[in-house]
Amino acid sequence: MKRRSEEIFFKSLMLISLFIVLSILIGIIAVVIARGISALNISMILETPKGGYYLGKEGGIANAIVGSIYLAFGASILSTLISLPVALALQKEYINRHFANFSRLMLDILWGTPSIVYGAFGFIVMVYFGLRASLLGGIIVLTLLMIPIMVRSMEEVIRMVPHELKEVSYALGTTKLETALAVVLKQSLSGIVTAILLAFGRGIGDAASILFTAGYTDYIPKSIFDPVASLPLAVFFQISSPIPEVQERAYASSFILLCIVIIVSLVSRFLVRHFSRHIVR
Amino acid sequence: MSHISIHNLYVTYGNQKALQNITIEIPDSQITAIIGPSGCGKTTLLKSLNRLLELNDDVKVTGKVLIDGENIYNPKTDLLALRKKVGFLSQRPYPLPMSIYENIAFGPKIHRLTGEQIIKQIQGLSSSDVLKIDNIKNNDPMDMLVECYLSLAGLWDEVKDRLNEPASRLSIGQQQRLALARALAIEPEVILADEPTSALDPISAQLIEKQFKLLKKRYTIVVVTHILRQAKRIADYVIFLYMGELIEHGEAKNFFQDPKDQRTKAYISGEIS
Repeated sequence: MKRRSEEIFFKSLMLISLFIVLSILIGIIAVVIARGISALNISMILETPKGGYYLGKEGGIANAIVGSIYLAFGASILSTLISLPVALALQKEYINRHFANFSRLMLDILWGTPSIVYGAFGFIVMVYFGLRASLLGGIIVLTLLMIPIMVRSMEEVIRMVPHELKEVSYALGTTKLETALAVVLKQSLSGIVTAILLAFGRGIGDAASILFTAGYTDYIPKSIFDPVASLPLAVFFQISSPIPEVQERAYASSFILLCIVIIVSLVSRFLVRHFSRHIVR
Repeated sequence: MSHISIHNLYVTYGNQKALQNITIEIPDSQITAIIGPSGCGKTTLLKSLNRLLELNDDVKVTGKVLIDGENIYNPKTDLLALRKKVGFLSQRPYPLPMSIYENIAFGPKIHRLTGEQIIKQIQGLSSSDVLKIDNIKNNDPMDMLVECYLSLAGLWDEVKDRLNEPASRLSIGQQQRLALARALAIEPEVILADEPTSALDPISAQLIEKQFKLLKKRYTIVVVTHILRQAKRIADYVIFLYMGELIEHGEAKNFFQDPKDQRTKAYISGEIS
């Protein structure tokens, strides 16, 4: 009898925890919509701010939407290009176990490093090279921020590829590279996409790292050397404005940011389902 | 000359001795079964023949394995060419994460076979009477190759209408025949099979055994098995390992009827397993 009630107790505990987590998400969305709905309209998405992002009640946040998309997609592409080879290199085929474990530890420390530290580091490097805050600077710093997240999550799924699968591939006379590209990456594709999404989510939502490096502007950048606005910073500036109408716009901006994250997640999950039909389970 | 001859082969995993002083010739165009209790080094011996052992950590191999007179443990050996020459069938089939068609075409593509080479390979196959190729109307060499090797593995009729489906959707018995076709498609001289039927149902297992008996005309086959009855059914030559040592080997008939060593007798009679 005692064991039965234990079972019931822990099952309810798990369900309650799950419910709490889900209600947090629902709560965030509800608050954002409730507070921002009055400011949410089509010009919010299509226009740049009128009267400045800090005080202006008119216009929209197209500058920040476009900026965030540039920053997050640019950084995601760049860091995928760097992280994939790194994640493959951490496998035992390429480097010895001790060096791999050491690298993992370093990456975990980088993962835990606050993004403002990345921002400060990026700022110092940019000052050294005489660069000013720009789209390029923002993309580079976001890339640095994303790499540890991507590498560690990609590497976890790549390590899950069964040894026997690689063995049959090698037995056909493939090189390590051919097996990695044609078999290992294909087999771990869905996990790799999840890793990219995780990093994308962190990147598009991060404010501190791009505060000094990407800057902020009311305009849409014309080149990668122009400063660029971003949604997290738009939220930050609007919410710290003394004018209530501008504060409402902060919630509308948050809502748009959430929508972008949700849309990107859904689309990539759909794509993964399409592409991962060959996976051996 | 024998394709495979092994001289004074020792294998250790860390401090653990897996194989000790193995010296043996493996006969051509026959099925050789490696038998023995679990953990006696059967798979180690098999994987030493295409150097798959090296993928494990801390493996040390000494001694010589000659294939076509060449020591494969010579540092100058072309590993990729060796593995092309020696096909491998694993215990559980692992289809590559691609379609049925691509699974077969993968090896030839990796080895960059030209259309001409593929056609030559198919002609060689048809003249060796393991496979009758009469009405192949396809013009694309790769399509022809895929059809040939799937037929050779006894799978063509079951999959010909769904070549572009993921290989993972096949039943496990079909997957093992796909693995066989995939191994054959790079036209090896030797086929190594590591308990190839242990994950299969009896009917699929029987199909694999049947294909092996057919294929031995053209290929040298080495099978690891822990099923004594399977060895009796298919083997022409038997190698008995016990605790990493080669105890006895010989023609299957003599081996089973008249074993010399006490341990072999005990194993065959079922006193040890």
